[in-house]
Amino acid sequence: MVFAVLQRIGQMIFVMFGISALVFLIFFATPGSDPAARLAGRNASPETVEAVRKEFGFDRPLPVQYAIMMKRLFITQDLTSFVNRGYKIVPAVASAAPVTLSLVAGAAILWLIGGVFVGVVAALTRDSWIDRGLMALALIGVSMPVYWLGEVMNLVTQSRFHDTWLFSWVPALGYKPLLVDPVGWFKTLIIPWFTLAVLYIGIYGRVLRANLVEAYQEDFIRTARAKGLSPARVMIRHALRTSLIPFVTMFGLDFGVLVGGAALLTEVVFSLNGVGRLTYQALLNLDLPMILGTVMYASFFVVLANALVDVVYVLIDPRVRAD
Amino acid sequence: MTDASNTVLNDPALPTAVAARPASGPWQRSWRILKRDRATLLAAAVLILIILSSLAAPFYARYVSGTDPFRSNLSARITIDGKRTKVMQASTEGLGLGVTPIGPTWSAQYMLGADTQGRDVAARLLYGGRNSLLIAASSTAICLFFAAVVGISAGFFGGVVDKVLSRILDILWAFPVYLLAISLSIVFISQGIVIGPVEITGDSLLLPIFIIGIIYVPYVARPVRGRVLSLKESEFVLAARGLGIPAWRILVYDILPNVSTMLIVFVPLMMGLNIITESSLSFLSIGVQAPDASWGTIIQDGQTLLYTRPAVALAPGIAIVLTVLSLNVLGDSLRDALDPRTKLV
Amino acid sequence: MEQKDKPILLDVDGLSVSFATDRGPVRAVSDVSFRVHEGEILSIVGESGSGKSVTLLSLLGLHDRKTTQVQGAVSFRGQHLLDLPASRMRAIRGKEIGLISQDPMTALTPVYTIGWQIAEQIRAHEAISARAARKRAIELLGEVGLSNPGEAVDRYPHQLSGGMRQRAVIAMALSCNPALLVADEPTTALDVTVQAQVLDLILRLRKDFGSAIILITHDMGVVAEVADEVAVMYAGRIVERGRTEQLFSAPMHPYTWGLMASIPPLSGARLPRLRSIPGMPPTPETIPPGCGFAPRCAFVQPACAEPPPLHRAGDQAALCIIDDTERPALRRAALPLEETP
Repeated sequence: MVFAVLQRIGQMIFVMFGISALVFLIFFATPGSDPAARLAGRNASPETVEAVRKEFGFDRPLPVQYAIMMKRLFITQDLTSFVNRGYKIVPAVASAAPVTLSLVAGAAILWLIGGVFVGVVAALTRDSWIDRGLMALALIGVSMPVYWLGEVMNLVTQSRFHDTWLFSWVPALGYKPLLVDPVGWFKTLIIPWFTLAVLYIGIYGRVLRANLVEAYQEDFIRTARAKGLSPARVMIRHALRTSLIPFVTMFGLDFGVLVGGAALLTEVVFSLNGVGRLTYQALLNLDLPMILGTVMYASFFVVLANALVDVVYVLIDPRVRAD
Repeated sequence: MTDASNTVLNDPALPTAVAARPASGPWQRSWRILKRDRATLLAAAVLILIILSSLAAPFYARYVSGTDPFRSNLSARITIDGKRTKVMQASTEGLGLGVTPIGPTWSAQYMLGADTQGRDVAARLLYGGRNSLLIAASSTAICLFFAAVVGISAGFFGGVVDKVLSRILDILWAFPVYLLAISLSIVFISQGIVIGPVEITGDSLLLPIFIIGIIYVPYVARPVRGRVLSLKESEFVLAARGLGIPAWRILVYDILPNVSTMLIVFVPLMMGLNIITESSLSFLSIGVQAPDASWGTIIQDGQTLLYTRPAVALAPGIAIVLTVLSLNVLGDSLRDALDPRTKLV
Repeated sequence: MEQKDKPILLDVDGLSVSFATDRGPVRAVSDVSFRVHEGEILSIVGESGSGKSVTLLSLLGLHDRKTTQVQGAVSFRGQHLLDLPASRMRAIRGKEIGLISQDPMTALTPVYTIGWQIAEQIRAHEAISARAARKRAIELLGEVGLSNPGEAVDRYPHQLSGGMRQRAVIAMALSCNPALLVADEPTTALDVTVQAQVLDLILRLRKDFGSAIILITHDMGVVAEVADEVAVMYAGRIVERGRTEQLFSAPMHPYTWGLMASIPPLSGARLPRLRSIPGMPPTPETIPPGCGFAPRCAFVQPACAEPPPLHRAGDQAALCIIDDTERPALRRAALPLEETP
């Protein structure tokens, strides 16, 4: 047990190091790159560029730069932005995290319910028009770019139908903290939740339907039916229960990546100042300290999600449990 | 010995359909399944229509819309229903300051209206479609090529090759795709790539093509490796090895045909995914660079006009949804017909 | 015939099963009739794909209703199974008719313990507490010969060997004291030594529980050992049926001859070559209109293109053109061993 935990922590450090080093290299060691010139601006004089180089320490060897930045990020936690001087990285990420977590957690609840509903209903009504309709909708959901769907939702709820009874409750874009204004929090997030969930409802519904249809070909489902169980019990306790195992892996990884910042398109479209938007803006400004901070944060969640998936796996699948 | 009747009971169409007609090979059978499915035919028709109209973009710009879709036309005037109108009209909203581009005219000129630069959205939509489809197709080819090379080498040669490749893929798996795509795009688009005598400028289409082509390699290489591994243990390959057939022959005659059907199934699915990825990057203005267009950049152009001229953002989005939907439908039926085991997660 | 005096438990009359395929319906089982008396063992023999499993699954209502059409009459203790509403059918399945599947490796849901799965079946049919159901499960596991039932009850299927799993499946099928046990090739997937044990177990349980058994198999040796009655199936039809002793001493159908000739003899000189039936059984789509066995039959005649007539000899009956006068000579040709003991 202790060994497993240590192994996990080792893996986490390895992955976080790998990702940060990769980002570092992308920004410093790609052919023709000169961070000082980029920071100084397009038409800066050579003297300015040289001054910038000195000031930000770009003249030092790469490993030293990397080590200093990591120390200021994790140990002294006083790493500041290159672009907004004095703007500290750690508090910035910490204040963006609740926004992303609110967005992703709500969407995850929606997409789990929606995905299970679509998958189960389609599998139960296999080859009927209900099944075909649900699968067509799921495929449309998978085929829509999330930022475009967000814009369409904005168009409908903020502009075209905002003055009707349907969407007059929708507040202006932005985020309201849960603890300060719970009702406002819920109202501002409901449309983003739905927008983000649509893609995943499509994916999860399709995968679950395929898994269930496959499960229904299994002998153990025939055994369950031969036992005289009700169709609902056969579906929920036997088919769904065994199909959930791959489902959990998918969910863990998707959730981890989204909390880490992959929801940035949704955040951009709905003006939510979450981690994804922070990462994107840091990337646009080539603000390396901020990029490293957000990337560390993202990889932490990816690895954490992987670890949680493994734990849940052991809980729900006796076959991987050690005797 | 197992009793085949159980399988027959569960899925009568599959085993009997093959056995009943010895003359129909797997390709004929696949074709029959594809042909039977009306949704597939519809999807193929939509896709062909979209490709053809994208190819016709220069003709449309020249003979129908009649304006240059890559230059600002802020002072242009056009004639609609015999009336001369400005393309950029005085704003009627808010304080009445500034100008609003003309909305959809539903006639030859400015059919879908103009964007903030006064350019014809319909013409740009067709040109954008060209770029979107070109980037998606090229990056799909790159992705499948590298994924096949990596997956087959790792799976077939095993040992050290497999260990090294699998480790690298593991790290890339832990690297969120969006992060990889965005950081690569920003760096390369801001400075271009210079490798020896070759210089690729930041606004070249090659950049999004290569970036999108690379980022999904781990996701395709992994199932390819898995398939090669399972093929390597399959009875017909073991039998061939037992007969002393050399490894390269097994690779060429047993492994490659099997993997290639899998890759064919990936083509439409990856193209759909790549169209969405390209449009997302372009929407974040780190994909196709102005004045070039892609569906993503037009949606971005339309963002500021969303509430006044929604057609600018809506039209390319609908084009994306139709194209990706058709590709996904094709991918699904291709998979059912060729290779029911393939899963793209 | 003391067995004949027992009441009829299951009466299948004219059962036909068709599958919908992409080229129209295809008949997999046609006009199958048989009876099972209480406490009796009926064995249905045939090659893979002859429609044995399809027949039984469709009379249990376990077929896929969307793609499968079942016709005919099935009467179980006076109830017409094919016409019963789904809920009434469920009350019979698992309680009055138990199913033992072919492959114990896949027949149990992998994520639940053996005990949980047995208790689930008991509690689906009887209003008893979880604790009492678990106690029953332990008792049942003991009765099917698991050495440590108190421990086995909390085991997951993957933790048990194939033989132990099949015993668990049998315990589950027996958990509600069914009047009829349907065993679909219960020993096929097991090792030979375990096969014998499981077969003995089924025989012993019939005595203890008094259940009638329908045993599906392709193994003539198993049939000879355990069955009271035999039905030989080929290409979706019962081509011959009768009491076991009669059928083995005087088989009537050339297909039965072929099956019997392919059993290696236990004594006597070793055969240079084991006899086998040439060719492959047809798929449901390629069953010829007349006698289904005609393409592989050594004694085929032009008249075999027509549906064959039913010949009876006492309780025994066969669907074949060969009549009583020519049969003994042809049988001698097909089964030389039988006549030289």
